[in-house]
Amino acid sequence: MSVRHLMTALVFASFFGSTAALASATTEAALTTDPVAEKRLQKLSEELRCLVCQNQTIADSNAELAQDLRREVRTMIKDGKTDKEIVDFMVVRYGDFVLYRPPVKGITLLLWGGPVALMLLGMFALQRYLRRRASRINTEDQPLSADDASRAEALLKEANQK
Amino acid sequence: MNRYYWILGGFAALVVLLAVGLGLNPRDVPSPLVGKPAPAFSLNVLATPEKTTGPKDMQGKVWLLNVWASWCVSCRQEHPVLVEFSRKVKVPLIGLNYKEVRGDGAFDMGKMPADEEKKLAFQRANQWLSQHGDPYTLTVMDLDGRVGIDYGVYGVPETYVIDKAGVIRMKHTGPVSPEVLDKKIMPLLAELNK
Repeated sequence: MSVRHLMTALVFASFFGSTAALASATTEAALTTDPVAEKRLQKLSEELRCLVCQNQTIADSNAELAQDLRREVRTMIKDGKTDKEIVDFMVVRYGDFVLYRPPVKGITLLLWGGPVALMLLGMFALQRYLRRRASRINTEDQPLSADDASRAEALLKEANQK
Repeated sequence: MNRYYWILGGFAALVVLLAVGLGLNPRDVPSPLVGKPAPAFSLNVLATPEKTTGPKDMQGKVWLLNVWASWCVSCRQEHPVLVEFSRKVKVPLIGLNYKEVRGDGAFDMGKMPADEEKKLAFQRANQWLSQHGDPYTLTVMDLDGRVGIDYGVYGVPETYVIDKAGVIRMKHTGPVSPEVLDKKIMPLLAELNK
């Protein structure tokens, strides 16, 4: 596929993506007119993964399941549940995978710590390399010994005479 | 030269990681419900709509819960396996019909009254079972998918193995293949029924 085709595809994809989002916003009547509750719904929805289209949050996804889960969140907000209670409700049913931001615990340690560890390793390697390079340059830059100097001079003279 | 072996080794390790990662099924999300009691529900039975049933009525038995719908394409694939299973094995197989009408997408739910949805759902489910064979001891109707949410359903078909104490022992997402049935479900049933 040429770059141009790829660009066209991307433009189309983003166009359809935005109309899909628009559709979901208009077809789903707000169950509550309370703007604070709607804001909470939006915020919570952005934290929860849609298990059907796994790289989308339930705020972005227009899948059936995402709609159902948004409805559940709405009902729970109406019932006066706290954010934590709502998130726990989802985790009990769908597991940690439903959280768009994975929690920090034993099994996710590599996920959270990995990048930092890699960066530290990289910095360490870089520092070692730079230090070695510096010391190598230092040793190479030693002034010529008297012996070497006279030899070099002799060679230069020879070359000039030719 | 030595350093190039390092780089090559690192690259090979990345390739292996990628290969393993691509081989994994992203739909295989481990269910947190395994090892937990099956969520309670009380739903209308397809064959006898005036009656309801739930996991409570299955206490003391090892049973299977299979989530299906007539609009679900993969369900057609697993259906013969279930029919065959029900002929051979005397383990109760309960069908959970999931959003029969709502899940279809062919209907405008905003315009459909609740009793009409119910009537249509029962009619469609019955028709599908008479057409493809009915492997289920009984089927319960989850019209709005609320029970499905309690069971963490995200892709129909799904199958749960529930033990005598009412605890979920296994969950399988996607169609049950003969292989899954023989290698995973049957040994588990035998063990639980000991």
